[in-house]
Amino acid sequence: MILSAEKKNILWQNFLGIPITNNQFSVALAGNPNVGKSTIFNALTGLHQHTGNWPGKTVDNAQGSFQHQKKIFLMVDLPGTYSLLAHTVEEQIARDFLCFANPDVTVVVLDATSLERNLNLALQVFEITPKVIVCLNLMDEAAKKDLFIDVPSLERELGVPVVATAARQGKGLAELRKKIFQVATGSVHPSPRQIIYSSDVESALKELLPLVENISNNTLSPRWIALRLLDGDQSFLKSLSNYLDIDQTSFQDWEVSKCAQ
Amino acid sequence: MCAMNPSRSLSEVYGHAEFVRKTYLKSFSDQIVADIYENAEQITKHVLSKKGSQRITLDQTIDNLVTSKWLGYPLMILLLVGVFWITIEGANIPSELLATVLFTFQDLLTLWFQWLGAPAWVHGVLVLGAYHTLAWVVAVMLPPMAIFFPLFTLLEDSGYLPRIAFNLDHIFKKARACGKQSLTMCMGFGCNAAGVTSCRIIDSPRERLIAIITNNFVPCNGRFPTLIAITSIFIGGAIASYSGFVNALVISGIILLGVAVTLSVSWLLSMTILKGEPSSMVLELPSYRRPKIGAVIYRSMIDRTLFVLRRAIITAAPAGAVIWILANVYIGDQSILSIIAYVLNPFGQLIGLDGFILMAFILGLPANEIVLPILIMSYLSTGSLQDYASLEELRSVLVSNGWTWLTAVNVLIFSLLHWPCATTLLTTYKETGSKKWVFLTFLIPTVIGFTACLTVTQVVRLFGLV
Repeated sequence: MILSAEKKNILWQNFLGIPITNNQFSVALAGNPNVGKSTIFNALTGLHQHTGNWPGKTVDNAQGSFQHQKKIFLMVDLPGTYSLLAHTVEEQIARDFLCFANPDVTVVVLDATSLERNLNLALQVFEITPKVIVCLNLMDEAAKKDLFIDVPSLERELGVPVVATAARQGKGLAELRKKIFQVATGSVHPSPRQIIYSSDVESALKELLPLVENISNNTLSPRWIALRLLDGDQSFLKSLSNYLDIDQTSFQDWEVSKCAQ
Repeated sequence: MCAMNPSRSLSEVYGHAEFVRKTYLKSFSDQIVADIYENAEQITKHVLSKKGSQRITLDQTIDNLVTSKWLGYPLMILLLVGVFWITIEGANIPSELLATVLFTFQDLLTLWFQWLGAPAWVHGVLVLGAYHTLAWVVAVMLPPMAIFFPLFTLLEDSGYLPRIAFNLDHIFKKARACGKQSLTMCMGFGCNAAGVTSCRIIDSPRERLIAIITNNFVPCNGRFPTLIAITSIFIGGAIASYSGFVNALVISGIILLGVAVTLSVSWLLSMTILKGEPSSMVLELPSYRRPKIGAVIYRSMIDRTLFVLRRAIITAAPAGAVIWILANVYIGDQSILSIIAYVLNPFGQLIGLDGFILMAFILGLPANEIVLPILIMSYLSTGSLQDYASLEELRSVLVSNGWTWLTAVNVLIFSLLHWPCATTLLTTYKETGSKKWVFLTFLIPTVIGFTACLTVTQVVRLFGLV
């Protein structure tokens, strides 16, 4: 189910409460809490912002837009999360947005002073969408702590564009805009690193994948769906059927029949 | 998707996934997370270099120490004992000073009332009831709070508290609850109502309910004075030269008992009415910071000490007046207070307490702070609270009312394990929005407290130890 532009507009309006027009590119901004995500969001969108709540949730939802090379980019600030494995409402919102809203570009903001912890989120985003840019923020603080990050080799390791920024000083933001433009228009094709799991997980995935591929001919990666099935992640299954207009009742019927056995 | 019914196939796939998951022994979700972390670690190794590595390792060295498998728990317990030792030792002298000043002022008040020619009952209600209870509460509560809260805030500001949560996480997971529950318990030390509110940090509704219901098993600030006073009189006093240290050990033991009960009840709830798997959490361990002394003093004094004291005063003054009336209104030749105690007595005796103690706990529902004042006042025939200028005096009052070490132990246990105060119950209602959970919050600790006291008493009596 490749989202047609029109279908995407309806989805965004109805499920996310965000109006988007055909000529706009959509950009999702993801990252851990306290990595300067909001600073980047504010610096890019300036006064063109709109804040509200995610539909039915008490979590802030900020959207804003900016122009680059005469193209309009609608940027959505996702809740700050450490992972996408949906233990919290925030994680669920971020995950569902990345999975189903199908943004044209996803920018993952990392804290350069604690790269390892922050990479976990980036690696999880990589499994959902290939159109990712990594923004390595707080470079100034990393320098103060005598941390040196080899950006070109990080780019090679991750397989996506990496932009080093110090958002509070406004450093690197022009480069970030340029990269967003390039990925959105398709002149740069990132191929993010995919995790190869332990043999147990991989062989279980192999068992599941053919079945998952049967039901999923959409943009959502079958591997991601299979992984969540192995997690036993009920909330993802619920979101999946909600967003794909799949009738929930037959799933429940099946659950009931399973219990009856 | 073609002719296939999508929902049918989704459920089929889910069923198959369930089957696959069952055929492997390990938990996939843990393995998946572990693999992701390993990738992150490898990448970081390739791209990150540190110029001066010494500064960074200091934090890590401390972390390795305080969160280590072997030293983590002993260090935690040592800190706990240390904090209580400082609190108990430090509070002794200021407590006595405050008592002297406040009760001297009471004598002055009495003189003024006599000079004004006020009726005896007005003097009784206002001075012997309200003011006396008030003075008592302030003298007993203020010094330990003024020492305990700054120490606690110091631990909080230095960044140690998240390490406690980290240490305790796997125990809580075994009890099928959330590791963040240990943080809400820390809040509960100050005030259970605040602890219940802080349960908002727990995301899973199931785990939040568990944390709310069990928060009362952490003795709050209102119960510390009772615990400290009873321990000092009956337990530490026996070994005079190390009394402060022994008291600190006993009180730490009571808190550990509270933690043990918290874990057991959490586990029981997870196995029965709040079934479910524990969720994992990501806890950011902030770097250690040198606490700002000014901020620590301000926060611990204004936000905590004065806040709790204000609440205690608001409940203690009217309660003091009411108790004075109850103790001085006679039906026949007995005061209402002693009639109530007489009715409760058989039940109290059964669990190693007596009627007066049980009544004090019941009347202490508005605030736990006033349990001990009510008790002392009930024991004394004068019908007003007596200051215990020395602990020895208080001891003789209690002993002459039939207290033994068993009574003291039972009061300690019952103080830890009984119904929450009215404020906590109200907060629980606000947070859960359901009377059912409030009722359970009331019932569970009460049943456990009665059972524990009953068991201890019957066992001790059976072996003839008293």
